[in-house]
Amino acid sequence: MSDIILEALNLNKTYTQRSGRFGFNTTHIKALDDVSIQLKQGTTLAVVGESGSGKSTLARCLLQLQPFDSGDVIFQGQHLAQLHKEDLRGVRKHLQMVFQDPFASLNPRMRVGEIVGEGLLIHGVGSTASRIALVHQMLERVGLTAADATKYPHQFSGGQRQRIGIARALVLQPKVVICDEPVSALDVSVQAQILLLLKSLQAEMGLSYIFISHDLRVVRHIANDIVVMHKGKIVEQGAVEDIYTSPQQPYTQQLLQAIPGRKAA
Amino acid sequence: MSEILRISQLNVTPKNDTSRLLVNQANFSLSTGKTTCIVGESGSGKSLTALTIMGLLSKQLQASGNVVFQGQDITQLDDKAMQTIRGAKIGMIFQEPMTSLNPVLTVGYQIGEPLTAHLRLKGQALKSRVAELLEQVGIPASRADSYPDELSGGQRQRVMIAMSIACEPALLIADEPTTALDVTVQAQVLKLLDALKTRMNMAMLFITHDFGVVADIADDVIVMFRGEIVETGTRDQVLNHPQHPYTKALLACVPDAEGLKTLKPIDYAWLSQEATA
Repeated sequence: MSDIILEALNLNKTYTQRSGRFGFNTTHIKALDDVSIQLKQGTTLAVVGESGSGKSTLARCLLQLQPFDSGDVIFQGQHLAQLHKEDLRGVRKHLQMVFQDPFASLNPRMRVGEIVGEGLLIHGVGSTASRIALVHQMLERVGLTAADATKYPHQFSGGQRQRIGIARALVLQPKVVICDEPVSALDVSVQAQILLLLKSLQAEMGLSYIFISHDLRVVRHIANDIVVMHKGKIVEQGAVEDIYTSPQQPYTQQLLQAIPGRKAA
Repeated sequence: MSEILRISQLNVTPKNDTSRLLVNQANFSLSTGKTTCIVGESGSGKSLTALTIMGLLSKQLQASGNVVFQGQDITQLDDKAMQTIRGAKIGMIFQEPMTSLNPVLTVGYQIGEPLTAHLRLKGQALKSRVAELLEQVGIPASRADSYPDELSGGQRQRVMIAMSIACEPALLIADEPTTALDVTVQAQVLKLLDALKTRMNMAMLFITHDFGVVADIADDVIVMFRGEIVETGTRDQVLNHPQHPYTKALLACVPDAEGLKTLKPIDYAWLSQEATA
């Protein structure tokens, strides 16, 4: 159970920004400052922090969607930063992502079936007929119907679109799914549906999640372990139980106290 | 605790389809010194209710029913009369602190606008009042000459708050004022609003979809579902002893920080059965 499936070692990433009059000066912003995390097989690791803490940069660096300055990402023993493009593409099949905005992350000109099946096509999985069957299966698994495959994204509500995004990520039978604020744009009732769906899919397909969120109440319900980030640095990490009941760092304590509706102790 | 606003039999419909009730027979009242939260999911009609009070409904929509503010039915007022109330006696804070400020005007100028328009303040008097307001919302007075892009999201929302309370309104309407903010900033802004409400003895109508925020700030709670008010009561009644099936179902979807709850999504089919039963 406790095998590490995905690991980041000492990641550093600095953004350079033009500043000052006419942009003559440059400022460096450390988005990731010596960040190391470990994701255990079959579990959920939550990355929490406020805007600008570097949590989304971490997600993109893990997937090699963005180059980092130094450090390493190891997935099942492979050093991703050293892989060639073609090899990386093979690995990406196992590393998928669910995005935050269900309105912006689906191409409005593609039918749902094409959106969900595109990964299968790119990775050359099966024949046309078997691809269609897989897409239909996956749509039903996330609570949509096979008939929805011929519709366009605008015909769906926010929650349904997020289900499409999840189907797209899971149709390739990945090992790790990185969810970047997957429920923060949704109403609370829809949010509960999606959280439960993610949980049951995890159990069924043996998925490991990296769950990026700013909502500490949601994290409490889905994560096993948690990493607290602040200004590009990891402030504290550990099991969810431990962090919520006895946070060690002042910043974590401050974050937990700021949760709205927390019963005043 | 005197009543300051009473809404009765408020309907909001599109002009071209009056059978579609976006707000359906809403009745409630607000009292001085109290915070009333309207909670509901998107499309439940909570923002439309607030916009109706302000007289800011889109031209494609129409409202019927009565909105009585300080003894006067403000639905009957013309634009000019409404302008003497809006911003002066009723203040409003909008959701998006990034888009609701004018980027080419200094924040000091923007906070001063309602003071000039309603109270005819000028020159030194205006300047010192703006400085005072900035201090009240926790921003150094020297920031009056800053432009919105030089401020953080939380600071911009504080500027919005300063603008909305500039003329010491009797009623403050806040439409999801903290939704776009980080949790720690959100906690600060909520605290600030609560303190201002007490100090200025305002009535506050606070629109939110977050039950955590409700627990922190509300005296009274109104729950809306598909245009209808399904439940009203004190914070304790609604949060701890909900009566309506929808309120119960909605509360069951809210994750808690303690992780004790089993989340249960709303079963809408069951809900409509329950409603007809």
